[in-house]
Amino acid sequence: MAHDHHGDEMTEPPSEMALRVQALESLLVEKGLVDLKALDVIIDRYENRVGPRNGAHVVARAWTDPDYLERLRTDATAAIAELDYTGRQGEHMVVVENGPKVHHLVVCTLCSCYPWPVLGLPPAWYKSSPYRSRAVIDPRGVLAEFGTVLDDDVEVKVWDSTSEVRFLVLPERPEGTEGWTMEQLIPLVSRNSMIGVEKARPATEATA
Amino acid sequence: MTPATTPATLPALDALPDLPRDADGPVFREPWEASAFAITLELHAAGHFTWDEWATALSQQIRAAQAAGDPDLGNTYYRHWLAALESLVTTKALATPEALDLRAQDWVRAYRNTPHGHPVELKTG
Repeated sequence: MAHDHHGDEMTEPPSEMALRVQALESLLVEKGLVDLKALDVIIDRYENRVGPRNGAHVVARAWTDPDYLERLRTDATAAIAELDYTGRQGEHMVVVENGPKVHHLVVCTLCSCYPWPVLGLPPAWYKSSPYRSRAVIDPRGVLAEFGTVLDDDVEVKVWDSTSEVRFLVLPERPEGTEGWTMEQLIPLVSRNSMIGVEKARPATEATA
Repeated sequence: MTPATTPATLPALDALPDLPRDADGPVFREPWEASAFAITLELHAAGHFTWDEWATALSQQIRAAQAAGDPDLGNTYYRHWLAALESLVTTKALATPEALDLRAQDWVRAYRNTPHGHPVELKTG
């Protein structure tokens, strides 16, 4: 799969705030005052409960509103922006839909491009080199490690994010949720189901 | 897949004015906000400043910003957070303002000299 990261263009520096944090972090790490791994642990602790709710909102809306689903298919960036979730860099969002015969999995093989306006901060494993390489070589093996075992006749498609295009997986709506409201459905949409390493939580796990 | 990380002992987040949060904890809008948050918790855990010192530095920044006309609706909260962190880091002599500026410029150069899609690595000096 082609990985279009714009080979000959140079990288645009991030926002001033991001640069200042990066400057601070790299200086403090260099002086041994903070440890990158410890920072990751702290961030990891918070990431699960932060961003993914935005994505879960998008997914639950699409499950319950056919018009919204259609807009999401046509122009995901605009449909997501309708809910006030917008990114800083204007990268394009593309939604890929899971179904009975197809399962989508998202990775960024080169770095860790991630749709953070809808999913929050990338989990440590998403940024890890083993996930980045193995998701492409052995997606079924990676899925199995997350406890996601698919029938042989289900096609697995791997999407490689770039700095221009970010993918969001629209998981299948769990069985037994007919007639549920968006608010009831949101808790079923896990972060991992929107990266594609897992399915949405079954109706039996609903907390509502 | 990975077991939940053992929660580090948390400083009193409740002591911070207007921290964007919901029932579960702090809410971040962008990755840099989470990084600034994590650096602060780490420096505090290592004893470089007390939580009182931190809360004071942060509320000073927020008050100064409000006085300068910031409506302070929560969207600028981490700007104040970062300014407070930079000021505390420099008053505690963990880094000088000059070093921070230079390092930020080094990063800009590193980004501009790195082809798109390649990892950006810092070359200092």
